[in-house]
Amino acid sequence: MSENKQHDAQKSYLEETGGRKGIFKWILSTDHKRIGLLYLYSIMSWFFIGVTLGVLMKLELIAPGITIMGAQSYNATFTVHGVIMIFLIVIPGLPAVFGNFMLPIQIGAKDVAFPKLNLLSWYIYIAGSILVVSSLFAGGGPPDTGWTFYAPYSFKTGTNMLPAVLGAFVLGFSSILTGLNFLVTIHRLRAPGMTWLKMPVFPWTLYGTAWIQLLATPIVGITLLMVIGERIFNIGFFDPAKGGDPILYQHLFWIYSHPAVYIMILPAMGAISEIIPTFARKTIFGYRAIIVSTLAIAFVGYFVWGHHMFTSGMSGTALFTFSILTFIVAIPSAIKVFNWVSTMHQGSISADVPFLWAASFIFVFMIGGLTGLILGALAVNVHVHDTAFVVGHFHFIVFGGTGFAFFGALHYWFPKIYGRMYDRAWAKTGWIIFFIGFITLYGPMFYLGIRGMPRRYFDYLPDYHGPNIISSLGALVMVTGFVIIVINLFKSARSGEKAEMNPWGGTNLEWRIPSPPPLENFDEIPTIDKATYKYD
Amino acid sequence: MAEEKHHITSYKTYLLVLVALIIFTLLSVTITQIELSRWATVAALLIAGIKSTFVLLVFMHLKFDLRIFRVMVGLIISLLVVVIFITMLDFLFR
Repeated sequence: MSENKQHDAQKSYLEETGGRKGIFKWILSTDHKRIGLLYLYSIMSWFFIGVTLGVLMKLELIAPGITIMGAQSYNATFTVHGVIMIFLIVIPGLPAVFGNFMLPIQIGAKDVAFPKLNLLSWYIYIAGSILVVSSLFAGGGPPDTGWTFYAPYSFKTGTNMLPAVLGAFVLGFSSILTGLNFLVTIHRLRAPGMTWLKMPVFPWTLYGTAWIQLLATPIVGITLLMVIGERIFNIGFFDPAKGGDPILYQHLFWIYSHPAVYIMILPAMGAISEIIPTFARKTIFGYRAIIVSTLAIAFVGYFVWGHHMFTSGMSGTALFTFSILTFIVAIPSAIKVFNWVSTMHQGSISADVPFLWAASFIFVFMIGGLTGLILGALAVNVHVHDTAFVVGHFHFIVFGGTGFAFFGALHYWFPKIYGRMYDRAWAKTGWIIFFIGFITLYGPMFYLGIRGMPRRYFDYLPDYHGPNIISSLGALVMVTGFVIIVINLFKSARSGEKAEMNPWGGTNLEWRIPSPPPLENFDEIPTIDKATYKYD
Repeated sequence: MAEEKHHITSYKTYLLVLVALIIFTLLSVTITQIELSRWATVAALLIAGIKSTFVLLVFMHLKFDLRIFRVMVGLIISLLVVVIFITMLDFLFR
């Protein structure tokens, strides 16, 4: 009997099914690790759709005039691409997948504070996702407003706005509940001895993110409800003909959607802060500065939304204020980059796959960040606003930042999650092709933007043809890299060689438990007696 | 096991707050009949603010809860005030 018990205690979460079979062992499980993987598989499925739409856009832009689609189809394609990528992928992305999987383990807990609520969040996420994707197929054609649903067009267009807006509204609940769950988990379930300043950086970034999820998401919820109200009841909140204010919509939308950028990027920064010390074999440089900068980004990030609206007709006072605040928010981000580079300095660096993703993250994030400063400057913004420059900047930050960190985190924690190691040679091949494709795809957009090519147009002047060809070819190269990465990980999850408990030599709690972890992570809740990231 | 002390609010208090909420709701409807121009929004927000305070303090038990919760709610409300203030920098100076 006791032997059996011991055997049960050592069963991994993948073997422990709770007596359920097939899909039910996944969709009825309240284990945070399985829920993390549910999010991973859902997000990757939507990602395939989002990438396909993105590639279609690039194919359209490979030559001037109609190549594979006309104006209306192009408008719909970039709208649904944006809605899927933002609301279904990058916002839940790292918190929902790696936050769910790693947060309880990293703080020495058996699960999140509210496991059932956690599963409910996933169901809400799926319901919202289905609503969004259904807008592609139902009634009057896919929405064509862009992912920002700007009023007054969003309540005047005859396309399928309601499912898309309602879907985004429903997804907000999932985000709020996840944030609430993580906040309570971090406050209440840290292992004995794990004081705030002994907590690893990834949970810290999830903590900052959770506050944003909790406090900012309701604002977009209300805003989207107002759009629904406009469409159904013709109220006139944002309709100038009825005394409404369309700029108010932009304020309300960006009050959420700018902090949402930090929902995307903070956990990405957290994952990078885990990877770099592990592969530099060095204690993280400026742990407290990283924590303070995390909270500073989360806080100041609330007040910079107006830089998305510099040409909307806002008052001069507001323009000036938002520009100043935007420059301020760059400081804590720069502190992080400084800390990562300093951690590497004189470290014993092993350039393994996760490190390559982390290093390339810093590279693309720097380009994204510095071009963000260009956009934050009022005078220059007028020139490049709504051009391809913004698309380039945005993708360097959101895809380069969150995407690279996501793949870095996936390669870093993959052996822990599946208990198997991937083929490192193929992983490196996938990474370098992806990286080259990424730069080739988005790099030319800066040039095109400076030269004045507007974004969200299916057509362009012949002068812009060359860089557009390069960009479209870059998309194909990047997709090739992506396919290699996915096939390698998929095959390795099923038949890769068994991974050790601590293949990278990490110091945090996740590397002190078996790979894959047992159902409740720890036989006994550990006691923490030393600071994190300590290397001998 | 730590013993927790729960405050029990009387029905009379709940009833009084309910009556106050109804009065303030009627008031917010009534002031729409008065020409207050730009101040109409301020008045409506003020009344809504008073109503929310009642709900937070009594119905949500913030008045009887630990100080830390009052501080947290206070910080969040401050955040909201700053966000509205910054928005007004556009609206009022446009």
